[in-house]
Amino acid sequence: MKRTAFAGTAAAALMATVASGTMAADFSGKTVEYTIPFAESGGSAQWANFFAPLLSEALPGKPTVVVRYRPGAGSTEGANWFQGEQDKGDGLTIFGDSGSTKFPYLLGDPRVRYDYTGWQPVLASATGGVVYLPPDLGAKFDGDMDDLGGEIYLYGSQGATTLDLVPLLAFKMLGLDVDPVFGVEGRGDGRLMFERGESNIDYQTSSAYIANVQPLVDDGLAVPIFTWGALDDAGNIVRDPTFPDLPSFKEVCAATAACQTEGVAWDAIKAFIIAGFGNQKTIFLPASASQEVVDAYTEALRSIVTADGFADAAAEVLGVYPQLVGDGAVSATEQATAISPEAKQYVLDWLQEDYGITMQ
Amino acid sequence: MGQALTLIFQPKQLMYLVCGVLLGLSIGVLPGLGGIAGLALLLPFMYGMEPVAGLALMVGLIAVIPTSDTFSSVLLGIPGSSASQATVLDGFPLAKQGHAARALSAAFTASLFGGLFGAVILSFFILIARSLILAFGLPEMLMITVLGMSMVAILAGRVPLKGVVAAGAGVLFGTIGAAPAGGSLRMSTYDIPYLVDGFQLVIVGLGIYAVPEIVSLLRQDRPIAEGGTLGDGWGQGVRDWWQHKWLSARCAVIGVIVGVIPGLGGSVVDWLAYGSAVQTAKDRSKFGQGDIRGVIAPESSNNAKEGGGLVPTLIFGIPGSGSMAIFLGGLALLNMTPGPQMVRNNIDITYTIVWSLALANVVGAGLCILLSKWIAKMTTIRFTIIAPYLFMIIAFAAFQSRQSALDLAALVFIGIIGIMLRRFDFSRPAFLIGFVLSRQTEIFVNQAYQISASRFHRSAAMGWDYILSPITIGLLVLTILSVVVGIRASKNIRENIDAPTGGKRAPAIFLGILVAYAALSTIDAWGVGRLQDRIFPLTIGLVTLVGGLFLLLRMARSPATDDVFIDIERGAEGEAPMGLWSTLAWFVALVAMTFAFGLFIALTLFLLAFFRVRGRFGWPGTLLATAIGLAFITGLAWVLGRDLPPGWLQTLADLPWPLT
Repeated sequence: MKRTAFAGTAAAALMATVASGTMAADFSGKTVEYTIPFAESGGSAQWANFFAPLLSEALPGKPTVVVRYRPGAGSTEGANWFQGEQDKGDGLTIFGDSGSTKFPYLLGDPRVRYDYTGWQPVLASATGGVVYLPPDLGAKFDGDMDDLGGEIYLYGSQGATTLDLVPLLAFKMLGLDVDPVFGVEGRGDGRLMFERGESNIDYQTSSAYIANVQPLVDDGLAVPIFTWGALDDAGNIVRDPTFPDLPSFKEVCAATAACQTEGVAWDAIKAFIIAGFGNQKTIFLPASASQEVVDAYTEALRSIVTADGFADAAAEVLGVYPQLVGDGAVSATEQATAISPEAKQYVLDWLQEDYGITMQ
Repeated sequence: MGQALTLIFQPKQLMYLVCGVLLGLSIGVLPGLGGIAGLALLLPFMYGMEPVAGLALMVGLIAVIPTSDTFSSVLLGIPGSSASQATVLDGFPLAKQGHAARALSAAFTASLFGGLFGAVILSFFILIARSLILAFGLPEMLMITVLGMSMVAILAGRVPLKGVVAAGAGVLFGTIGAAPAGGSLRMSTYDIPYLVDGFQLVIVGLGIYAVPEIVSLLRQDRPIAEGGTLGDGWGQGVRDWWQHKWLSARCAVIGVIVGVIPGLGGSVVDWLAYGSAVQTAKDRSKFGQGDIRGVIAPESSNNAKEGGGLVPTLIFGIPGSGSMAIFLGGLALLNMTPGPQMVRNNIDITYTIVWSLALANVVGAGLCILLSKWIAKMTTIRFTIIAPYLFMIIAFAAFQSRQSALDLAALVFIGIIGIMLRRFDFSRPAFLIGFVLSRQTEIFVNQAYQISASRFHRSAAMGWDYILSPITIGLLVLTILSVVVGIRASKNIRENIDAPTGGKRAPAIFLGILVAYAALSTIDAWGVGRLQDRIFPLTIGLVTLVGGLFLLLRMARSPATDDVFIDIERGAEGEAPMGLWSTLAWFVALVAMTFAFGLFIALTLFLLAFFRVRGRFGWPGTLLATAIGLAFITGLAWVLGRDLPPGWLQTLADLPWPLT
């Protein structure tokens, strides 16, 4: 929201900045618009509404922070809108994306008219996911998938170009014969399909797994087999800190005869694991934001994520995952939005061959 | 359970509950906004709130949305949300006959009963519901959706083929955009991103019902209640409910059952309830023309559905509808995560939710009953004064979809479709049912097919076991019975009491357009590369095309007096003081100005011109009325955190809010 009074204040602030050479950002009396390319329902709205009041308290001048929703076209419409706001660098326009926004970008979806390279990330939130099986199949899991290759699998899928690209590609690499049942509208519905016995392989993001699948495991109705893993500081995939006893996909892949942890397929799935899980949600400032504005946000977010009690409060909403700020956010975002041409082509060929999906 | 009761009866919790109820009533009264807007409004305040207090606030709001949206269904003929579509059919005719207060109080009493019924069932059911819910697989859910679709038979009207064509067109309309399975584009292109997501239910519901009624009433230039007076009071409505209490109970059962099954939601339940009321009634002659049972049935079921809908939300952490999805988000901000863990380890919280729901229903319905007498007086005001505010509100509701000027264009475009369906006696409910159930039906068909194919691949026995479960067979029999009884009943249900005929050209042109659309959709579907994304619209397109061609054939052979040539412009409707196209031109102009100047400026010009020219206000009255409208819409946009759609002017210069 821009108001007449704000225009005058902005002009005065700009002149003062030029005159003094440098000036710390101050957002007193202003309103920050925190836009997400999703509707009010769903995890991204939850994530944004979690951070909005914290930002309001932590930013210099304690501005009002309102969450705005720009859903449509699988989140690409809101991202296209933000691309058009790159000149709004005053710190009052921020954007929160998700893996659903990064995947179409990596795949070259024709709806995408945005380019991440100019956007300035200030926070990167990770998440994780756990793959699990029904007990009869889970009993055959011994750290690799070699004994599970002969089974026919059904997986409730939201679509091969959504976050489900990761499990579908992973299952293929592991040599599993998986038939996706398309049209599932949420991972919760996929889990329900599993509980009804209609699908026999599934994965859930960490918070959903803890809340809804762990009870099944406790009752002997499901067996977890591996996680997607997490990024370490060096950019390697390591075990998920929320599930330290479960192997990561990388470990299972290395142990499975049919699977390779190097080469073009591995490069592809690693890129999407990072985009979908390692750095799933990111808060961006527009390209034109000054270093002072970026610093103000970085310091505010750093104070938020390092505050006493943040980890506990965040665990319910976000899970036990790094909230990267500053250089960490920049690095994680670079990894999450880059893919080699060979890996990209591999994925596009696979989508067309296995699912008849083309990007054009 | 005792501790839950103790929790909710603390004064602080009661206060939050009442606040939630009041917010729900305020938002729910505005057609098209519904629960999602209200919950979205609450989300920013949830963080840090005491868990039980936050719960009470949210549950209070959720419980009364299906209650308060009845106001617009009955008073304006506009479905307040997807849960009150069927109430329009009999509630609005009652209001036009001067019985608005009676219809409202009967509806609220039924809602109260339905809501309490849902909460009671929820209390006892929640601990044992899991196994029943898991018994409903994809074939079972598909059959329930088909059962919902079979309600078209009841609503088909005088010429059943028209019902088929209307429903088919609705289904095809619902397939526009990216396919749910593989994302193939149908009747759309990436060059127009707006179409890729298809049309939103809010816009279609408002277009099919709200725009035609606003235009029709506006042409009359008189109050909604003919004669401008109110008839029976609210006491009569309560007595009506009591007289039909067993119907109410039966429909509440339907509401709970449908609500419990995740994925079905409110759009289907009210048609099932309405359909069952018609099918089982001894005297069906008044349905569609102001039968109080047509109000009691859907209102009982839609409140009961909210109680039922909490079951999958709490037990599985899966939202049964859009508003439940936001409810889940709010719970997370309160550090609660519904699911098996919560039901097991925090049973007190679970029951707090259940009993908050019950209490909120009592408070909400009670307030509505008390208010119904005064709010019903709105039907005695000259409609020309109400219409621009009403259109402004539904336009705002439409903007919630994408915040684009295209939302307004879609609203008016679909409104014109609704006007034509109404004019030529095609069933608008059939179109809407087709649209609403289109996506679900396609998803369930595809998924059930994929899974059963895998089962058949293993062994034929496994395949048949999966498809023909006892529940599926039972629902199939029920559907067949429903169609047979429905077709007989449909002879008695009329959207239009009069059926004037007199000319062949206009009805033939409209039918030609429908057939052309069906043909175009069929050709487009044929061109879809992916089989899974092609087969559903292709099949529906062919069925609709065949139905349409048969109608054309009947038109070619029949005299101008045949029902196939019904055109209400040839009757009383056509004698209204204001013309159809001149009235419609106002709204088309508003759309054009919005594209040029953005909504705020367009609305300013529209309101000034409308009150001055159509309302025949003097300048002081015009300015005051316009200021009230603008203040209201910007206030609403501000509290809900929405920008008003910009136009071409805003691409030239940055303007301050709300002119953005």
